[in-house]
Amino acid sequence: MAETDADQVPVTDFPGEGGESRWRRIAREGLWDNNVAFTQMLALCPLLAVTSTATNGLGLGLATLFVMVASAALISALRGLITDPVRIPVFILLIATLVTLVDMFMEAYLNRLYQALGLFIPLIVTNCAILGRAEVFASRHPPAEAVFDGLMMGLGFTAALVVLGGVRELLGSGTLFQQAGLMLGDTFAFLEVTVLPGYPGFLLTILPPGGFIALGGLMAGKRLLDRRREAA
Amino acid sequence: MSELVAGPHTRAPLSLPTLMRQVLLAAFPATAFGIWLYGWPALYLLLITLASALAGEALSLRAAGRPVRSGLSDGSALVAGWILAMSLPPWAPWWIGAIGGLLATVLGKGVFGGTGQNPFNPAMAARVALLIAFPAAMTRWVAPAPLGTEQAPGLLDSLRITFLGRADWDAVTSATTLDATRTAVTQGQDLQAVLPEAYEPALAALGYAAGSLAEGSALLLAAGGAYLIYQRVISWETPLVLLATLAVLATGTHALDPQRYNDAGVHLLAGSTILAAFFIATDPTTSPATTAGRAIFAAGCAAIIWIVRTYGGYPEATAFAVLLMNACTPLIDHWIRPRVYGRTRQGAPLATGKEEA
Repeated sequence: MAETDADQVPVTDFPGEGGESRWRRIAREGLWDNNVAFTQMLALCPLLAVTSTATNGLGLGLATLFVMVASAALISALRGLITDPVRIPVFILLIATLVTLVDMFMEAYLNRLYQALGLFIPLIVTNCAILGRAEVFASRHPPAEAVFDGLMMGLGFTAALVVLGGVRELLGSGTLFQQAGLMLGDTFAFLEVTVLPGYPGFLLTILPPGGFIALGGLMAGKRLLDRRREAA
Repeated sequence: MSELVAGPHTRAPLSLPTLMRQVLLAAFPATAFGIWLYGWPALYLLLITLASALAGEALSLRAAGRPVRSGLSDGSALVAGWILAMSLPPWAPWWIGAIGGLLATVLGKGVFGGTGQNPFNPAMAARVALLIAFPAAMTRWVAPAPLGTEQAPGLLDSLRITFLGRADWDAVTSATTLDATRTAVTQGQDLQAVLPEAYEPALAALGYAAGSLAEGSALLLAAGGAYLIYQRVISWETPLVLLATLAVLATGTHALDPQRYNDAGVHLLAGSTILAAFFIATDPTTSPATTAGRAIFAAGCAAIIWIVRTYGGYPEATAFAVLLMNACTPLIDHWIRPRVYGRTRQGAPLATGKEEA
């Protein structure tokens, strides 16, 4: 899903309104209100492809998070030098460089996870959410804010990946964070939980159609929560 | 806000609830036969599936903020659940029926906006989802064990089969005709050598064979279908074109190589062809609006059924075929439209006759 439809992303108005500090507002936008996956509906291809387990979701989420933060810092710092006509190629070049770093790092140190995620690590380059934030935010704000925005957007995306992976894994095989120890290193082994021992398994949620169904369910859930909060 | 239109009007005698009652009535004989043939577990499964479909429909209606009672009483959820149950393995455990009913009404209909809004046949969507999610439980067929015979499990034993999944499976399971021919083809055996064991035309027409709960009885299903055609609930073109296309394809290839291709009899009588032709491909919501469109739809279903049965990985394909053609329905309706009154098919106004004079 290589759409670079940055025009679709709402340009957020800064500084914050109603006396809310701009930092707080950046955090709220990134984590919930303007969540990459559930509200902007960007980066759905890797989202649906890798979230058959929570571990895979966490792995791709952290990789994307790193690229988002680092690309925000670089692009924001260089924003005075990058002219408008060449901005997209320059953004892509910077992002691609960072992704190559992540790709090589993961191949060297997190090989199991690297194998499980496969093509979707290099494909972070084309992740429209990252380019979207570069275009909409990082290229228009000072580095500190841009980095914070990248961090919050990345955390929001990681949370979406982990929640979706968790729901699918729980319904599909009755476990959570299966093989976390093997993939992320022994420090993460404590995450592995077998929630439903002897669960026969519901293969559908692990297969691609199940990804769409679970994502639709979660989006509906988020909108329901938003509506309740508004009404309250 | 509706506009007044001058009469005279034709009164349509069929409302949605009457329509659905007719379908249930037509499906009843074949279902009753299925229950007699496979015993009490089949009845339990039917009841569970119906209850679950109604619960799922009620849930969807509630979530959509619509009146639950009138939504349930139109009977469409009951029909979806009933047709799903007809296509399930008769001794399937209770949770197959429970999950299936919910899938059919919530995922098959509710999320698309309820009755009349669904792009895919709810019963078949649920059946395919179940088949993909629980391949083992969905392909465990039992040999006929009619009520009143020695093999038939008693009421209590049947409860244990449906609710605990306890049965002497090795003793009761049996391959369906299509399973047997599929295996023969993949192992490179001669179909003509395998077929006599797995297929008996007279019994297949009656439905006395291993298979889904109520897909087997070609005669009773065809009688139900004929009743629906007589009552004008369904059009006769869809079943006729579906069965004819399948028969032509099967006869042609069978004549070329009888050791590799099943004949028309096997294709029509084994598996769920007749059920699909009369009860599933005729679903008004998910099939094209015009007669010509429905003919294309039916021919497409038949072609996919034949291709998957002959070359595919699954022995039976009616559910897949119907879903795939459901997906083509908007395209068919886009290309083939009814003629607008007073205009030609191309949309130009008809000559009035006055200008010529």
